[in-house]
Amino acid sequence: MADAKELLKVENLGVCFIHGTMEAHALRGIDLSFYEKEIHGLVGESGSGKTVTSTCIMGLLPSPPGEITSGRILFENENLLELSQGQMRSYRGRKIAMVFQEPSKYLNPAFKIGEQITEMLRLHLDMNKEKARERAKELLGLVGLGKDGRVLDSYPHELSGGMKQRAMIAIAISCNPRFLIADEPTTALDVTLQLQILRLIKELKDLLGMGVLFISHDLGVVKEVADRVSVIYAGRIVESSTKGTLFDKPLHPYTKLLMLSIPDAHRRGQRLATIPGRVPDADATPSGCAFHPRCPLADDRCKSENPELRGNEDGHKVACHHAGESWNI
Amino acid sequence: MDFVKFFARRLGRLLLTVFIISTLVFFVVRVIPGDPALIIAGMDASPEDVQAIRVKLGTDKPLLSQYLVWLSSIARFDFGTTLISGEPVIKLIMERFPLTLTLALLGISIGIFVAVPLGVMSAVKRWSLWDYFGLVFSQLGMAIPSFWLGMLLLILFAVKIRILPLFGADTPAHFILPAVSLGFARAAIILRMARASMIEELSKEYIITARAKGLTERMVKYKHALKNGLLPVITVTGIQFGYMLGGAIIVEQVFSMPGLGRLFLFGIYQRDFTLIQGGVIFVAIIFSLVNFLADILYSIVNPKIRVE
Repeated sequence: MADAKELLKVENLGVCFIHGTMEAHALRGIDLSFYEKEIHGLVGESGSGKTVTSTCIMGLLPSPPGEITSGRILFENENLLELSQGQMRSYRGRKIAMVFQEPSKYLNPAFKIGEQITEMLRLHLDMNKEKARERAKELLGLVGLGKDGRVLDSYPHELSGGMKQRAMIAIAISCNPRFLIADEPTTALDVTLQLQILRLIKELKDLLGMGVLFISHDLGVVKEVADRVSVIYAGRIVESSTKGTLFDKPLHPYTKLLMLSIPDAHRRGQRLATIPGRVPDADATPSGCAFHPRCPLADDRCKSENPELRGNEDGHKVACHHAGESWNI
Repeated sequence: MDFVKFFARRLGRLLLTVFIISTLVFFVVRVIPGDPALIIAGMDASPEDVQAIRVKLGTDKPLLSQYLVWLSSIARFDFGTTLISGEPVIKLIMERFPLTLTLALLGISIGIFVAVPLGVMSAVKRWSLWDYFGLVFSQLGMAIPSFWLGMLLLILFAVKIRILPLFGADTPAHFILPAVSLGFARAAIILRMARASMIEELSKEYIITARAKGLTERMVKYKHALKNGLLPVITVTGIQFGYMLGGAIIVEQVFSMPGLGRLFLFGIYQRDFTLIQGGVIFVAIIFSLVNFLADILYSIVNPKIRVE
């Protein structure tokens, strides 16, 4: 993977939500790199800043109340954060596309699937009606919704949950985007369907050579699909590495605890570990390392000094004063 | 296929409504004190005369057989003859209906063409000058009674400025003021609905998808949100239109227009049971029919409703 081309880079991104005099620091300077043909899993609990990250990349952060306080998002030598809304529109859908969590809510109920695909083709690729419809038919075949194009004339409510998510994916990849954001794309689906959708995303990634940001709260799902994994906690990346290294040798206590909470056939009969407490609210992030109130290894230093994200020679990055130390569970 | 089933279900509901209303009207009229035969015959009539009228009206028969006769005549749109003039009720209604229909069409058109754009703009540009104008407009429309507005308009345009006729329904110009005074109130209601519904749709998740697809704001709002946002507007407009087809008693009175409202009012003054009864049934049928059509239109715009 080392020779893969860097596609999109998030540098020191900081986001703050302002409600009156209250400031909530949703992202506190995160760095992420995305490569072509690579799925980068971003894992964290609800409220850790996963979705804010994707909204910033899409240029759809609602402002107010959201405000980008620092950083750059580099894509094709452009800092996306400096683009106007009009310029950003030519990236959205065209070069950077997105798949959402609940297809039944994120698809427009009043339009046929065909229309929801072709409107993008006509807008971004200037196709005429017939050509767009032909292409939409191909796309449906590509995502496994049949080659006869029957789904083109279906409304979202006529499709099952899995089919809707496939349709959503067809919409997202319609213009051959360079970069795809998948925000919990399988969370609303049955377990059996989850695997199919994950496989589909992998296949399409290879076929189209896209870089993928795969957001999930479920480390198990990320293990299935990702090539590289970053763990986010309270608006900061706490650990980041290739999947193999991360799962073989997690260094951050938070990552270890997350892994212990994945059900595993080898530990059948044992209680699943849970992490006490919850992600702190963005307007009340603890001092020092934000994880210290929940961390089994926390000491005085962790309470006052925020550890930096440091990488070792094989690119495994971790932000912890006690990286790699173990404790008695 | 879904559509055929939906159509059949709604048609069944329409027929059921008409049946229930017919039944209600039949029994209510019979429960109300006062024998129609006595009223027709007058104070001094002999018992034989009264009985003869009862036989003619059919009110001497048992209630159940009267009810069956009643239902079968409703099914044939036969509402009987009026007690006073002896003319068929349906003929009187049909003479007046074109005027009421014209007035209702004009009124609802004013309502739609003013309120829908204004309501949508209010929602899209929320808390802007547009929106405040829309809010004030709808407040006034709901607060001002149509007949009072009608009188003010008459005073202004027919008495002071004298550019429009005062009473009657002879020329198209006669319809302008009544249509405006009826339409204003409808517009207020439709505007509120259009605004609320657009605001709701604009906060839905599929709007985020539309933006993520790189669509222009114009497409996001006037294509994706609008098609969904107009759905409740169709229903409300249908109901308002149905109301107006029943005749606008007070506005017709103010403008001296011979519409359904005045016909029914006349029937009530004269204690003309068959006319009142026929009028209620007619209004109920028309109202149900308009709602039926609104539902069908709704299902064309939003096919999802067909399976719910």
